[in-house]
Amino acid sequence: MNAPSELVRQHLIDPEICIRCNTCEETCPKHAITHDTRNYVVRFEVCENCKACISPCPTGAIDNYRRVDKSMPHPIEAQFGWDSLPQESEPDEQQAPDIPDEVARITEIATAGQGGPALPPWSAAHPYVGLFTLARPAIATVTGNHRLTAEGASSAIHHIVLDFGQTAFPVLEGQSLGIIPPGLDASGRAHHVRLYSVASPRNGERTGYNNVALTVKRVLADREGNPVCGVASNYICDLAKGDKVRVVGPYGTSFLMPNHPGSSIMMICTGTGSAPMRAITERRRRRIALKEGGELALFFGARVPEELPYFGPLMKLPKDFIDINLAFSRVSGQPKRYVQDVIRERADKVAALLRDDNCYIYICGLKSMEAGVNEAFADVCRTQGMDWSTVLADLKQASRYHVETY
Amino acid sequence: MSINYSERIPNNVNLASNKTLQRALEHWQPAFQEWWKEMGPEDSKSLDVYLRTAISVAPDGWAHYDHVRMPDYRWGIFLAPAESGRKVNFGAHKGDPAWQEVPGEYRSTLRRIIVTQGDTEPASVEQQRHLGLTCPSLYDLRNIFQVNVEEGRHLWAMVYLLHAYFGRDGREEAEALLERRSGDADNPRILSAFNEKTPDWLSFFMFTFITDRDGKFQLAALAESGFDPLSRTCRFMLTEEAHHLFVGESGIGRIIQRTCEMMNQHKTDDPAKLRALGVIDLPTIQKYLNFHFSVTSDLYGNEVSSNAASFYTNGLKGRFEETKLADDHKLDTGKYAVMEVVGEDIVTKHVSALTALNERLRDDWVKDVAAGVSRWNKIPEKAGIPFRFKLPHKGFHRRIGAFTEHHINPEGQVLSEAAWTHQHKQWLPVEEDHMYVRSLMGRVTEPGKYANWIAPPARGINHQAVNFEYVRFS
Repeated sequence: MNAPSELVRQHLIDPEICIRCNTCEETCPKHAITHDTRNYVVRFEVCENCKACISPCPTGAIDNYRRVDKSMPHPIEAQFGWDSLPQESEPDEQQAPDIPDEVARITEIATAGQGGPALPPWSAAHPYVGLFTLARPAIATVTGNHRLTAEGASSAIHHIVLDFGQTAFPVLEGQSLGIIPPGLDASGRAHHVRLYSVASPRNGERTGYNNVALTVKRVLADREGNPVCGVASNYICDLAKGDKVRVVGPYGTSFLMPNHPGSSIMMICTGTGSAPMRAITERRRRRIALKEGGELALFFGARVPEELPYFGPLMKLPKDFIDINLAFSRVSGQPKRYVQDVIRERADKVAALLRDDNCYIYICGLKSMEAGVNEAFADVCRTQGMDWSTVLADLKQASRYHVETY
Repeated sequence: MSINYSERIPNNVNLASNKTLQRALEHWQPAFQEWWKEMGPEDSKSLDVYLRTAISVAPDGWAHYDHVRMPDYRWGIFLAPAESGRKVNFGAHKGDPAWQEVPGEYRSTLRRIIVTQGDTEPASVEQQRHLGLTCPSLYDLRNIFQVNVEEGRHLWAMVYLLHAYFGRDGREEAEALLERRSGDADNPRILSAFNEKTPDWLSFFMFTFITDRDGKFQLAALAESGFDPLSRTCRFMLTEEAHHLFVGESGIGRIIQRTCEMMNQHKTDDPAKLRALGVIDLPTIQKYLNFHFSVTSDLYGNEVSSNAASFYTNGLKGRFEETKLADDHKLDTGKYAVMEVVGEDIVTKHVSALTALNERLRDDWVKDVAAGVSRWNKIPEKAGIPFRFKLPHKGFHRRIGAFTEHHINPEGQVLSEAAWTHQHKQWLPVEEDHMYVRSLMGRVTEPGKYANWIAPPARGINHQAVNFEYVRFS
């Protein structure tokens, strides 16, 4: 078998949009940009992706990338001859993705709630899977790390931004990536890889940047409440700007959002299960002006508002863009409310979405929420004259029901 | 150095350290604001416009985008970072350290150069002030306002130099820059192209594509100046100027695109039918191109000019990309080809390269315009339409230089007065063309909607969608 090729992002200038104003060439501190009488081009081997040329470009022509095999970038001689940018080349479809055993095992557990791995919605974008492996991980740089939950809150959830520089690490909303903590465990073996859902949309945490966001909860206790220090989560939550992280993936071929205009999305989550929901919501938000139609409904549970990741930005979203339903289980002086309670309260809405062939349902969070949500759906169906087991079978059949719990 | 926005005049020139200069500019500032109120974009006071404002002159800081209330735009003084050890790179002083103060013997010449450049900046704002009322989309409205505020900033850039380096004369010139008016019979702008009208968006796009490109070449030549503050000012202005060229090139491109779409949809190239469909036929666009090209060509002055030679020899104004050229940078012996009319023929003669510097800069500009036109031609080519745009001959419709007394057709043939009178309406827009183009100018302000005669842009500004609310009315 041939050695796997390494995909990288090659910085290119769109000759159809470029006005040849020379601003980029003037700005580039590395002199990576040059021109002939026809085109402005970027020398792959010189460009360090510092982005100094991006904002001065008056046209946006400068802000283009193509995934290429590192050993075969587009040479400037070819770029000089272009009238338009080449199509994105697809990775070799023949090559089976390299999925580590641990990742397969975690995926099996996570998707048990929907009866194992399922097909994605028909209009989902094609996901790339397993481009980077344990033997050959991608190296990302930490460009942001801040705590999302209030300082006094019982859980510390962090928002981490990783930048892939010139490495192509294409992800879709709902996919995850694996982080390899450095060092060895007590028995002298490398640490297990940990999986995290990507919390940013496909075109970057910041539009046009080659970065992703993660939502990571610092693990300080096991499920029984005994003190334990999670190796990976503590490693990640302690990362500082500029730190390098070994990343594998991307993974996930099923928990993907629909892309067709008019498609609606119902999202049910707790805690860091909100990561993929944030990615999906942000994808839709960035496309708001396209007026593609379809509704977003979110059912989001936490103990108290202070522990709800992204609470502030969430509250700022327009009401006609997303129907937000929050449930808090530990607000003093108020009865405990869980996501299943809110689902029941919104029975009419939930039933309408279940009936809508264009509505896709996503559930992400702790395993323990699954049974409750299931029962709530069953109750909603009963009050609306539907049979949940039949509805669920249909949903799965149509790839409209996606569960990832852990 | 970052820009200090807490001061009344944002700047990266440490204005606070020079109280006299600061006071002088703060005195000029209200006059500028008055001028903007009177002659700036009409009806723009209550608009929030998605503008880019420099927050530093470093690459990551100078294009900061946000909605800004138009009158609150912060015009300021920004110079590109100093290049340590910079030298005078051409002329008799080649090799001397670049001047940080104005050399006494070149004082009046430099002042004239700066005033002439500075005068074009407010002039174009005045020429374009009514266009916001007939914008084809919010995207375009935003673009013209961006162009306008940056022309305003370029005026500030020149006024800073006048105030900082030319004493009382400089201050008087700075005031006069606010007193002249484009097209005014009694007190017009200095250069004739800046007294022409910009009555419609086709003219505006042609102006930004062609005439702002003259700005690019003039600024580039001044960016080579041995007078370092002028060089640094012009270098930063060039970065902004690129946006103006983009507005023009893409604006005309979108008009061509739309016309080609209609030509293919209705299977016609008949101008009358296309006009009935509400788009601008390609021959009319060619006529506008001919007009703006020829009028702007005059801005470079006489082909042979002793003034141009002395500007160069004295190290005040270089050639385009002077430091990238491989020669002696003195031009004592070189020759350059210029054209003149002899009898019924246009002939080429070789003159001293030093006296032909105007022509050389004009030729550099012509090459740049021609490259843009060839990019426009890709649009009909792609649509399978045989029409191609062509630049007219350099001698066509000229008022300054060797062709002034002659009539030259776009192909470069010398015509008799009678032949010109008979034929020139094929090549230049006539009143009927102006009337037609003007008849299309309605105002489109719904986000995402574009006037019928222009295609939406390929992409929005700063990653925003093409139907982003680029301008908010309140």
